[in-house]
Amino acid sequence: MTKYIIRRLIGLIPTLFIVVTISFFLIRIAPGGPFDAERRPPEQVMQNIEAKFNLNAPLHMQYLRYMGDIVRGDLGPSFRYQDHDVNFYIANSLPNSLLLGFIALGLALLVGVNAGVLSALNQNSWIDYVAMAIAIIGITVPLFVIGPVLMYFFALRWDLLPTSGWITGRYGWITILMPAITLSMQPFATIARLSRASMLEMLRSDFIRTAQSKGLRDSVIIRRHVLKGSLLPVVSYVGPAFASIVTGSVVVEQIFRVPGLGRFFVQSALNRDYTLIMGTVIVYSVILVLMNFIVDIIYSFLDPRITYK
Amino acid sequence: MRKLLVFLLMVSLAVTAFAGGQQDEGQTAEAAQEEPAEFIIVNGAEPETLDPHLISGVPEHRIYMSIFEGLTSYDPETAEPVPGLAKSWDVSEDGTVYTFHLRETTWSDGVPITAQTVVDSWLRMLAPETAAPYAWFPNMFIEGAAEYNAGDAGADAVGIEAVDDYTFRLELVGPLPYVLGALPHYSFAVVPMHKIEEHGSAWTSPENFVGNGPFTLEEWKPQQEIAVVPNDTYWDSEVVSLDRVVYLPIDDNNTGYNMYLNGEADWMTTVPLDQMDSAKLRDDYHNAPYLGTYYYVVQTEKDPFDDTRVRKALAMSFDRETLVEKITKGGQVPATSMVPDMAGYPGVEGNGKNIERAKELLAEAGYPEGEGFPQFEILYNTNEAHKKVAEYMQEQWAENLGLESELVNQEWSTYLSNRRQGNFQIARAGWIGDYQDPNTFLDMFISGAAMNGGNFSNERYDELIHQAARMPAGEKRFEVLQEAESIFIEQEQGVIPIYHYTTNNMIDLDEWGGWYVNTMDYHPTKNIYKK
Repeated sequence: MTKYIIRRLIGLIPTLFIVVTISFFLIRIAPGGPFDAERRPPEQVMQNIEAKFNLNAPLHMQYLRYMGDIVRGDLGPSFRYQDHDVNFYIANSLPNSLLLGFIALGLALLVGVNAGVLSALNQNSWIDYVAMAIAIIGITVPLFVIGPVLMYFFALRWDLLPTSGWITGRYGWITILMPAITLSMQPFATIARLSRASMLEMLRSDFIRTAQSKGLRDSVIIRRHVLKGSLLPVVSYVGPAFASIVTGSVVVEQIFRVPGLGRFFVQSALNRDYTLIMGTVIVYSVILVLMNFIVDIIYSFLDPRITYK
Repeated sequence: MRKLLVFLLMVSLAVTAFAGGQQDEGQTAEAAQEEPAEFIIVNGAEPETLDPHLISGVPEHRIYMSIFEGLTSYDPETAEPVPGLAKSWDVSEDGTVYTFHLRETTWSDGVPITAQTVVDSWLRMLAPETAAPYAWFPNMFIEGAAEYNAGDAGADAVGIEAVDDYTFRLELVGPLPYVLGALPHYSFAVVPMHKIEEHGSAWTSPENFVGNGPFTLEEWKPQQEIAVVPNDTYWDSEVVSLDRVVYLPIDDNNTGYNMYLNGEADWMTTVPLDQMDSAKLRDDYHNAPYLGTYYYVVQTEKDPFDDTRVRKALAMSFDRETLVEKITKGGQVPATSMVPDMAGYPGVEGNGKNIERAKELLAEAGYPEGEGFPQFEILYNTNEAHKKVAEYMQEQWAENLGLESELVNQEWSTYLSNRRQGNFQIARAGWIGDYQDPNTFLDMFISGAAMNGGNFSNERYDELIHQAARMPAGEKRFEVLQEAESIFIEQEQGVIPIYHYTTNNMIDLDEWGGWYVNTMDYHPTKNIYKK
């Protein structure tokens, strides 16, 4: 098992290398540059700027130099946010995105698994219909609608919560509620539907019927046999879901002023802030790849049919 | 069944537990402190930098005005220049040499600010290795600055000098009468060289920061807030009344607007388009003319737009009044000239709506009733408001002239790059004046200028702009600029002016005083007070 983990971890390196390389050149192909403005500075000013950021060197030299830097863990200076370097901005914003992601996913699991299991056990009852109706809303209504609607009711109409902000700001921890709920809607819906479907499938399977005929109590059957098996699809969904929550929280971060990495991701792409784009892409790729890897490992514990050597 | 529920609940709780484990700290300390006069500003994008020599945006400028002060600063009512770091100045007879008499004042750490500090700061701004994006601005004014900035001359070529500790001499390239109004700009900032040498680019961090403005930096949490508190060493600190000013970076204008409505912010610097109708009905909505023009650039080198008659026909065949009333809604002023209303400047009439004449011109150009006119593209940067304007123009040109066009939107950088290189037929553009003089709207259209993506070129126009730059202030100079604008707009229709911008601010003036609408949209926090 340890050998397998080490082998997998080493295998991540070429994946990341390819991602970084492709991104590096893709960004350079995009029209415009980091220092475009409504009134573009005259040529001599542009030359000064390009010299300062080593943009006047041949592209392959820039690439080699950049690769050298990131191997040493230095993501370079941001081209636009010039008072700090990329490492600083990522170190400041990534924890916020991760925290928000954890809470959103936790919320989605808590509510989603419960709703799914209850729906399955009470198939075609009102519980089932209500839960699945909410799930449909979660899947179909986009975040940029859910967010403002929540804000309108909870902040403006009922005055229960501040419109936006973050836990380290003046309003404290309550500010995480709305962004977390908004962000959890989609994974909640998927988790509820997944766990409902696999519960139903599991309840109809032969080994459950055997257990029932053996005279085991219903609660024991469900807890020991049905649940474990039917949570497998949820587990395999949670890894990528976490990655996509963290990387896809851009809209929510903007609406609720969460100081997360997503805001820099979008802004840096629009700004052509080459180093900051690369930094966020690298972080996001690591999260994605790691999450898939962790799911594989967890799977081997849950499903006896799978072993890794 | 019940046991099952309990079990599930526990499983799920365990998942959330470690994420929510530290929930109880933090909250109490921050919420309790309520400062008596805290002023919270919804400030737009996250500031890219607080180093005045690297700034190039409006959100940064607002912060700059709180924590720094140039030789002159702005009057809060008129945005005209008033004494700042310089308490007075003399001007040579030909208007090209200014001698400033500085106040005996210090940085917020007590280190004196002398004429040599001003010289060192400006040389830093102009040094090629600083790579200041706004260096072109002082380059327009200071003798020898452009040469030094381009690396063609040494620092001693720059026409600035410390005569003695508190006398600073500035030599201009010509008698530019608007220079005093340009000096409050961040590209003429005086910066704490002793701190920059000590900390490098980290000098703007709150723990290292030193400034000379009415306020000084207290806190900077990226994407969260920047807070400034009064600077006790400021020469005019008695005037400063606010105890704390907070600048909130905001990506989503609707959130900013909601914050304002909910009492979480005191000044909202813009109003989202879809809230405009309801905002207009409120007493705390302030609409005023802004020194800016929204216009369409026409690619004057490409067929069929190389024909002046075609450009004029386009300019004459849409209804600007309907556009500003029904589409942009923010009280904008219909524009047929490039230069907005400006004190003393007579301005030009321009080519307003006249559909009959437009049709004649189009027919003269060989396209009667629009026949044979090729389909063309209207380029704008991706944005809901620009899209609506473009749709209106498309519809008007189709209806009034029978011209077919297509809308093309590109994200900001791509759009800028194409506009600069002239890869368009008609493109949306906007310009906000840097100082209150027609020149800021006209000098960017001389042949080969960077802003001149439509490649407008007229020898007489170039001549007049250069001539005005060498003239002293007064009627004569304005007449020269007026002639230039007349060539540019009335004769040649180098661009199609659409409207002059307005500012849209939300602030409750029953609660806050010292805040005035003005044409530059500058509102120094120094003068704002709680009523």
